[in-house]
Amino acid sequence: MIKLEIDGETVEAEEGSSIIENADRLQIPIPRFCYHHKLSVAANCRMCLVHVENSRKPMPACATPVAEGMKVWTKSKEAVAAQHAVMEFLLVNHPLDCPICDQGGECELQDVAMGYGRDYSRYDEPKRAVIDQNLGPLIATDMTRCIHCTRCVRFGEEISGQREMGATGRGENTEIGTFIEQNVDSEVSANIIDLCPVGALTSKPFRFKARTWEMRQHPGIGTHDCIGANIYLHVHNEQVMRVVPRENERLNEIWLADRDRFSYTAVLHDERIRKPMIRKQDKWHVVSWVEALKYAISGIKLISQKYGAENFGALISPSASVEEQYLLQKLMRGLGINNIDHRLRQVDFRMQEAEPLYPTLGVDFADIEKQQAILVVGGNIPKEHPNLALKLRKAVVQGGSIACINPVAYKFNFDLLAEEITGTLIKSLQQVLDVLEQKSTGTAAVNKIAHMLRDDSGDKLIILGQLALQHPRAAELKALAIRISNITGAKFGFCSNGANAAGAWISGCVPHRMPGGHPTDEIGKHAGEMLEKPLRGYLLYGVEPEFDSVFGNKALTSVSESDFVVAVASYTSESIKQIADVILPIAQLVEMTGNYINVDGIWQELRAVTKPFGESRPGWKVLRVLANMAELEGFDYTDVSQVTDEICEIECAEKFVQNTLSAEPEEINNLKRFAPVSLYAVDGTVRRAGPLQQTADANLEPRICINQNTAKYIGLADGAYASVHSGGYHVKLKVLIDTQVADQVVIINQANRLTNPLPAHLTSVEVKQC
Amino acid sequence: MSTQLPQDITTQIDKFLAKFPDDQRQSAVISSLFVVQNNNGGWLSTELMDAVADYIGMPKIAVYEVASFYSLFDLEEVGKHKIYLCTNIACMLRGSKSIAQYLQSKLNIKFNETTADGKVTLKSAECLGACGGAPMLQLDDQYHENLTFERIDALLEELD
Amino acid sequence: MEINKVCYRALHVPNSWTLDAYQSIGGYKVWRKILQEKTDPNKIIEQLKESGLRGRGGAGFPTATKWTFIKRDMPGQKYVVCNSDEGEPGTFKDRDIMRYNPHQLLEGIAIAGYVMGASVAYNYIRGEYREPIARMEAALAEANAARLLGKDILGSGFDMHIHNVEGAGAYICGEETALLDSLEGKKGLPRFKPPFPAAHGVYGKPTTVNNTETLASVPVILETGKYGNYKIFSVSGHVNKPGNYEVPLGITFRELLDLAGGMLDGKKLKAVIPGGSSAPVLPAEQIMDMPMDFDSLAKAGTMLGSGAVIVLNEDTCMVELLARISDFYMEESCGQCTPCREGTGWMARILHRILHGEGSKEDIDKLDSIASGIMGHTICALGDAAAMPVQSFIKHFRQEFVAKI
Repeated sequence: MIKLEIDGETVEAEEGSSIIENADRLQIPIPRFCYHHKLSVAANCRMCLVHVENSRKPMPACATPVAEGMKVWTKSKEAVAAQHAVMEFLLVNHPLDCPICDQGGECELQDVAMGYGRDYSRYDEPKRAVIDQNLGPLIATDMTRCIHCTRCVRFGEEISGQREMGATGRGENTEIGTFIEQNVDSEVSANIIDLCPVGALTSKPFRFKARTWEMRQHPGIGTHDCIGANIYLHVHNEQVMRVVPRENERLNEIWLADRDRFSYTAVLHDERIRKPMIRKQDKWHVVSWVEALKYAISGIKLISQKYGAENFGALISPSASVEEQYLLQKLMRGLGINNIDHRLRQVDFRMQEAEPLYPTLGVDFADIEKQQAILVVGGNIPKEHPNLALKLRKAVVQGGSIACINPVAYKFNFDLLAEEITGTLIKSLQQVLDVLEQKSTGTAAVNKIAHMLRDDSGDKLIILGQLALQHPRAAELKALAIRISNITGAKFGFCSNGANAAGAWISGCVPHRMPGGHPTDEIGKHAGEMLEKPLRGYLLYGVEPEFDSVFGNKALTSVSESDFVVAVASYTSESIKQIADVILPIAQLVEMTGNYINVDGIWQELRAVTKPFGESRPGWKVLRVLANMAELEGFDYTDVSQVTDEICEIECAEKFVQNTLSAEPEEINNLKRFAPVSLYAVDGTVRRAGPLQQTADANLEPRICINQNTAKYIGLADGAYASVHSGGYHVKLKVLIDTQVADQVVIINQANRLTNPLPAHLTSVEVKQC
Repeated sequence: MSTQLPQDITTQIDKFLAKFPDDQRQSAVISSLFVVQNNNGGWLSTELMDAVADYIGMPKIAVYEVASFYSLFDLEEVGKHKIYLCTNIACMLRGSKSIAQYLQSKLNIKFNETTADGKVTLKSAECLGACGGAPMLQLDDQYHENLTFERIDALLEELD
Repeated sequence: MEINKVCYRALHVPNSWTLDAYQSIGGYKVWRKILQEKTDPNKIIEQLKESGLRGRGGAGFPTATKWTFIKRDMPGQKYVVCNSDEGEPGTFKDRDIMRYNPHQLLEGIAIAGYVMGASVAYNYIRGEYREPIARMEAALAEANAARLLGKDILGSGFDMHIHNVEGAGAYICGEETALLDSLEGKKGLPRFKPPFPAAHGVYGKPTTVNNTETLASVPVILETGKYGNYKIFSVSGHVNKPGNYEVPLGITFRELLDLAGGMLDGKKLKAVIPGGSSAPVLPAEQIMDMPMDFDSLAKAGTMLGSGAVIVLNEDTCMVELLARISDFYMEESCGQCTPCREGTGWMARILHRILHGEGSKEDIDKLDSIASGIMGHTICALGDAAAMPVQSFIKHFRQEFVAKI
């Protein structure tokens, strides 16, 4: 430790720390624009100049390291003169259009100018004007206001690892932007809105919607992945106006995925359901809640009585709250129905009894960056879990190595030590195991991967991505990963689908386990069985079968062939209206209170920040009343917290059987389809978030992606139409030749209107010219 | 598909790359841009900058930053020849202003313009480090010092 | 007085830029000796210290001291960088070194590499210098072919790889850390110091950056033990014989003016900018008998800088001249830090208004105050360089500004 003096106060400081870090700690205000505690030090704005004893000139507090005996004055005549001078320079070319600027009220320039600026301008020359660039649907630009702090540029360089913004030109003509007008496409792009200290980069969906001082800020969490990024919701007139990050060092730090930031735009989507509805003689009728609930529960009972409870199934979204999940399974099991599941994208359910209490990454999310070696199998991490990708990048920046086994050489925002690009994930992972067991040697990449996992002395991790988890032989991949982790000491884990798969496991929304992960003798059908062959009745809780299930349109067909369907949902759609018999409208994410359990097992509470839309009701209440009407015991809750308490009191099982499956050989006979889900198709909310749907990642027009060898083999040209066949299903799509795809691999997204006709669980496909 | 650099260009770029450590390929970007610019009638298109970015393996925006920062890169079409007339103080003291007027009227263009026949682009340059021979100009790669109206006439005469 | 004895000692030899010509005047003698005798680097540093050699790029930092910052036996790659990005208006000395005596520069660079244990050196040459670049490339090829550079030089076991690297038109790259950024293939933006290049230079490795003239002086200084006080003055402006004169420091301006053939057309001297356009201007009466050395000029409130002496006669309009100087700094500001990015253009615009008779009384003081606002508040010295002419022109020639209003 070092001792120095700041404004006469003696301070103990860490060696190598800067003046500003210590001043911040002591809450001694030093004005700044370019300095940001999460970014490298640029020292370019010069606003933080302070007076340092024995220094010829004022020093930037952000870039000046502390020294023993140093004396710093932040408010001396010299310091203040420098700060005033810099303030004036910052303002000469700034438009001073605060009344029409969205940043007004939360603008760092405005705030600092109040303290350090003049009350008039001495600048009589023409001001600079900068032509704006359209950066896409998320970020609005007013680059004339830019003060060139380069925070947005450094974000791309350092944090997201995707350099999109730059500072082109020079001198007073330096411009921050993309240079060539183009959208910024990164999945975490909008963080530059928060970083921008002025109104140059603002939120496009929020533009001119409200003034900051008019809004109330409520804490919340992101509900589109299992990380549960912390957010603030800004509410004005009973409406969520925008979402900004809430700092949480354990999870998202200060970074939000665009998905978590802009999904609020779906809250008041046209497809929100205003009132309960039932279908009679193929016509929809708005009815009272009582009538709708009665209709629903009597329908469920009727099917159970007529065809047996084993012919009714309940499917719940993995992004429902733990209270909703718990009450749903309690209601269903109370009615004798054991077919309950949330694993809508899973294909392989073998070894489900070997799953842990709830899915985790194997290490705390915050510790990802400390890993020395990470193997990713079957995952395009940035486009699956953007916050995880930022952590992986951090691991690499801090000296760790990452390798992957993937069907596509995905563009990651970090460098890879090695990548095995293959359609046979199992075979390659088996090879890694074989090398580790010294049974054989593999390809160069496989050898490197084995070497990395064996030799590195630090923490190691194997992560399965979504393509591995959706794999028809996922249980074998998991078994292999477990064996490798046993040999190497690596931890093993994955990010589950949805925001609350952990909650679903713990609350018993799986057919083979009761709440707390306890085994049951009455094992029901899993999601695959429920959708592959139609049951007689379904309850869909926040589920849109053709988009949320791996079976695509086939899932919709299965449900539609049943006799009675209850849809509990916030949104309706044409297909929901076709398949359902009763629609019970429930509160959307921002309108409800409940808990989410994230990948670390942390419970995070979501509280309603607005009233429910129309006559929709919180989901837990709907489930409670259904149970009351069914005259089930133990549903006397008057508040959701009583449900929460009941779940918390459950003692969880601790031991589970081992997945000791041995992997069978894997070959590709024909072509093999992999079916990623677009970042912005993962759930009904983001699918309805307008601005997100306008981004490149929304992938509204999916293609058949194959590499040039495969294309040549089939005789297909880039841009031509081709049809893909499998198991009697087919789709016709445009071909995109992508050299990054592995041989014999066909990439066709799932969860898309155009590709839903071809169920994604069928991986052996045929591609034909048409 | 993005533009790819022809092999004779990449061969030259490889020579520059050889000067730097293997993990510092970006160091060759300035020289590479010169080669590409010279091969493209004296200016850089976005496609060519992208091709350089791809070949060297650096973000496209980083190439745009470099190309737009240095004054010797032109990002718009230019004439067959470029004249950089030094107008900084040492040349100014020795009459660069009248040379500038003479050049502009003779070529019938202003600074940063190209003659109608596409032959010459005229630019005003900062000090080119030949103040002992002021006033001076750079015509393409060549310096011409101690300029007079007669020298200018002769120079323009010789242009192909 | 001896002139042209150090960097320009080859000027009288035909085809002086060739290896043969350079060796005919004793070139590479010092280098061979060092390699043969495996001279103790400390001894070389000692000799340089005795010679009093100070950096020729503008700052005048003692070269021997700079060379002690990087120790030969420090582990890891180290670099020597030669700053041939000559761009300070009025300066044209390094161009002639590279055109006429490129081998001596290579020899100097090699010796620097030897002293600091750097096996790789980059000579960063401004992109406009096509002829000097060609000469340097040819000389490098000759020296490499003669095994005077490269791997295991002359069987000494010592490696020295020198590469010429071109800039692309940016005055700021003459600032050593901007040069390093440019060398790394980026925009030339000066870096905040600390860390200094000696600790964190090109590619984050220990690096010494020396000016062309400094490095080219080294072989002669080591060979003769003399000439550490020789400096090239680039004399331009209103003189009869503008050009480079390599003379002892401390020569009076009067003597230098004589060497340069006296005032053009016999006009009267009005003022002199003694160290490149950034240096504060001195009126005739103050400069005439001024010894031209680092300390005397500093005492007079200006600087020796790069040794670019710009001579102004009585007809010079100081407002117009300053406006042009201010245009230059506006044009060449890298745009990184606020005071320089915003202040240089502001000053230039006011000056052009004044020049065109649209100035107001307040403008002159405002200019001075803007210059103070920039001064000392930027990452690199370009801000100061832009401010100093404004302040000195106003100080010495205020009446000319007032007359325009």
